[in-house]
Amino acid sequence: MLTYAIKRILAIIPILLGVSFLVFSIVYLIPGDPAVKILGQAATDEAVAALREELGLDKPFFVQYGIWLADILTGNLGTSITMRIPVESVLIPKLINTLILTAGSLAVCIIFGVLIGLLAGLKPYSWFDRISMFFAQFGANVPVFWLAIVLMWILSIQLGWLPAFGMYDMRTEGSVLSTLQHLILPSIAAASVSLAVIARLTRSSLIDAFNSDYVKTFRAYGISERKIIFKHAFRNILSPIINMTGLQIGSLIGGALFVEVVFSWPGLGSQIYTSITGQDLPMIQAGVLFIAACFVIVNLINDLLVAFLNPRLKH
Amino acid sequence: MGKVEPVLHPNPVVSDHLVKENKLKQLWTVFKKDKLAVVGLVIIVLVSFVAIFAPFLAPYDPNLSHGSKRLLGIGTPGHLLGVDEQGRDILSRLIWGGRSSLLSAVLPIALMFGVSLILGLVAGYWGGKIGEGIMRLLDVLFAFPTVLLAIVISAIMGAGLVTIMVACCFTMLPYMTRVVYTSTVTEKTKEYVEASKILGATKFQIAFKEVLPNVISDLIVYSTTLIGVAMVLGAGLSFLGLGVQPPTADWGKMTSDGMKVLTIGAPHVATIPGLIILVVATSFNWLGDGLRDVFDPHKRTQ
Repeated sequence: MLTYAIKRILAIIPILLGVSFLVFSIVYLIPGDPAVKILGQAATDEAVAALREELGLDKPFFVQYGIWLADILTGNLGTSITMRIPVESVLIPKLINTLILTAGSLAVCIIFGVLIGLLAGLKPYSWFDRISMFFAQFGANVPVFWLAIVLMWILSIQLGWLPAFGMYDMRTEGSVLSTLQHLILPSIAAASVSLAVIARLTRSSLIDAFNSDYVKTFRAYGISERKIIFKHAFRNILSPIINMTGLQIGSLIGGALFVEVVFSWPGLGSQIYTSITGQDLPMIQAGVLFIAACFVIVNLINDLLVAFLNPRLKH
Repeated sequence: MGKVEPVLHPNPVVSDHLVKENKLKQLWTVFKKDKLAVVGLVIIVLVSFVAIFAPFLAPYDPNLSHGSKRLLGIGTPGHLLGVDEQGRDILSRLIWGGRSSLLSAVLPIALMFGVSLILGLVAGYWGGKIGEGIMRLLDVLFAFPTVLLAIVISAIMGAGLVTIMVACCFTMLPYMTRVVYTSTVTEKTKEYVEASKILGATKFQIAFKEVLPNVISDLIVYSTTLIGVAMVLGAGLSFLGLGVQPPTADWGKMTSDGMKVLTIGAPHVATIPGLIILVVATSFNWLGDGLRDVFDPHKRTQ
């Protein structure tokens, strides 16, 4: 287990290096002088020359990359072009907001995905199973931004049950209850795709488990159905569910990017969206780097968790 | 005419031509059993037809503003699906919008089909340093959530239809290559590969003449499903304003335009295009599932 963990942790180093290299290259892949790009067309020649020197654009490409990487590792992510303040002071609060939204949608997709999957799988071909699996069919292809709009229209504009914009009320800024209320709709919208995937997987794993020899044996021994479900079958289907949940993190983060734009959630997604519109390159680079790094680390945690739960998967 | 039963074990004496025809018929019989796959195929054919013949089928010019009729609802006489915030006929825009949505999903997948097939075969069959290199490079692309990678590419290239297609290419390539790679690694250990080796076939011959026909069906099935995914992704990028530019009609862009008039009681403007994306993308999913049954010999003989 320990050797596997060390190997797996070491394996993310080249991936993170590759990611950082790709993110660094963004500036150079955009046609035109990066310094002009950063300062805008209206910049004076002196300003451009000064920035070229500051960025080290006269140095060889790989030296520039090395300097940039060293800066990042020491916590210096650059200065926002549009806001003229260090990128990290803007992005870190936004990153926390995105993590709150991702955690919310993760909770929604695990709780409801597993619950729906179990209820459907316990009674295959019942009306509940048919209805939930009909919707789950569409789940994998639902455009998240569209679902967000539909939810917003029905539950906040028509019924007025839940807030439609932002992360908290202006009056009760910072109140946990208010944030939770604001979190519900964006979480559901961002979770939709993964919820459907997890519900389908839970259902099929449970049905497989019920047809397996060990469950038949337990039944023959007269062990109660409840005990078989919760003590034995559920434990066996837990590992594939956790594995699949880990694989869904990317889709949750991607969903969050769209949902943030629709619900004006002040996270990294909205920020990257604004930064692209404003051509704020350091902001885009750092934002993308943050999300990709989170994604790699979450995948690592997931792999370790799966290996820990299922010794057979160690290799 | 009586119902023709499919011939499962064709007589070895009949000609090659007849066997081929029977095989197609047999595959169709399997495909037909999956009702959803047939529904999916019908929807895809219908939507493609409508998109191709948009100039003849759309009731109005998609960019023509019917000024005073702004935001009219569904079922308005003369405007079946209503009118948008700029007074344009929604049905006409949907019909024209299918062009960019279908094109931006189908073309990248078609292009990457060949690329992923070669990369996957090389990485899977040759392995070694080249294979390792290919897979590590893809690992880096896998490290980005799909949407994020697409946004990065759009940020580099600026908004446009080509941008969406390039973004779809780069985001779908790793997944497609991995499918080919996994199938190739499995096929590699099979007896027919050993037999070819003994018969003196070169590595190139085995990979492209023997292994390829066996891994291509997996890729066909997977790619069909991915077209739906690419369509939703492309629509999402258009929604963010990274795709086709106004006034060109596009399903994703129509949704984001409609979002602005959601609060003033015109939900149809934003919700209709999204519903179409959902249905068409799901159709590709159903078609993919149907194709899987056709290509899976275990299912076929059932």
